[in-house]
Amino acid sequence: MNHSNHVVSSAITAESIADSSVVAPETVAQYALGLGDDALVLAHRLGEWIANAPELEEDVAIGNIGLDLLGHARSLLTYAGTAWDRSEDDLAYFRDEPEFRSRQLFEQPNGDFAVTIARQLIASVYFAELYRALAASDDPTLAAIAAKAVKEVDYHVDHSLQWLRRLGLGTELSHERMQRGLDIMWPFADELFQPDPFAAELEGIAVDSTRLREAFDALVPRLIVDAGLEVPTGAPAQGGGRLGRHSEALGPMLAEMQVLARAHPGAIW
Amino acid sequence: MTSPGDSGGRETWPLWEVFIRSSRGLSHVHAGSLHAPDETMAVRNARDLYTRRAEGVSIWVVRASDITSSDPDAKGEFFESPQGKEYRHATYYTESESVPHL
Repeated sequence: MNHSNHVVSSAITAESIADSSVVAPETVAQYALGLGDDALVLAHRLGEWIANAPELEEDVAIGNIGLDLLGHARSLLTYAGTAWDRSEDDLAYFRDEPEFRSRQLFEQPNGDFAVTIARQLIASVYFAELYRALAASDDPTLAAIAAKAVKEVDYHVDHSLQWLRRLGLGTELSHERMQRGLDIMWPFADELFQPDPFAAELEGIAVDSTRLREAFDALVPRLIVDAGLEVPTGAPAQGGGRLGRHSEALGPMLAEMQVLARAHPGAIW
Repeated sequence: MTSPGDSGGRETWPLWEVFIRSSRGLSHVHAGSLHAPDETMAVRNARDLYTRRAEGVSIWVVRASDITSSDPDAKGEFFESPQGKEYRHATYYTESESVPHL
C-alpha cells in the first residue's frame, strides 16, 4: 500500500505490523488470535449482505462496517502470526473450524435485516468497550490496533442504534422482526463476557472481558427499552468459542470463505 | 416521463441531495444523491457513500423534493439577459487617473 494520504498511513495497519520486526509473545499471540477471529468471522458475515441489503445505501453501510472489522482482523491476525511465522492469510484460510477461536455470536447467520442489526448492536457495544480498554494495554501493538478501532466501532454502535430505534418504533411488522432478532441473538451475548482463556496470564496487556459486562448491561437494555422493545430473557448459549467449540453455522461459512484460497494456494488477485 | 429517484411508487425512501464541505473555509458542494428513510439516516448514508476517503468535514442533506429549481426548458430567457450588459462586469470600466490605489 502506498497511500500518500498521511491520515490513512499514520495509523497502524497489517502491513506495518508485518514489515516491522515485532514478534508477539506466545500468550499475547493466542489472545490476539481470539480477537482477530471474532472480527474476521463477523466481517465475513457482513460481507454476505453485499448486493442483498434492503437498499443500496445499506449495502454500502454494512459493507463499510464489515471492512472496518476486516481491518481489525488483519492487524490482529498479522500480529498473532508473528509468533508462529504465519501470515494473516495462513491463519484466515488454512485453519479448520476447531482451530477458530471466535466467540459464537459472530458466526450466527445473518437472518433478516433485523437479526443482523441485533447481532451488530451486541457486537458493536462489546467491541467499543473492549477496544477502549485495550487501547491502554501495556502491549504497544495491541494498544495501537485498539486505538484505531475505537473510533470505527463507535460509529458501528451508532448505526445499529439508529436501526434498532427505527425498526423497534416503526411498523408492527418491523417491531415484531426486531424483537425476534434480539430474541435470537441475546443468548450469545453472555459468552462475550466470559473470561478469555489467556487473559489471566496477561495482566495489564489483555482486557478482562468479565469487567466489560457492567457497561454493556448499563447501556444495551436501556437502548432496547427506549426502542419500545423488550429485553430478552432467554438462557445463555453454551459458549466455548475461544476453546474451538462452535455452533453448526461456522463450518459452512468457513467453507465458503476459504474455498478460493485453498483451491489456488498463493494466488494473488 | 419519470424523474430521477422516481420508481413508480415502489420506492418508499425519499431521495436526498448531498452537499459536502471538503475543508474549513470552503463552501458545501453538491456531491450526489441517495435514498434514506429520514434526515438522520440520510446524513449517515452520505457519510458512508461520499466521505470514505476523507473528502469532507461537514455534510448537508436536503430532501430533493424541497429544492425549487429553475426551469431547464426556459434557460434561454432566464440566463441570457446579461448579454449586451457588459457594464455589469468590472472590466467594462476604465481606470480613472485621478483615483489612486485602485
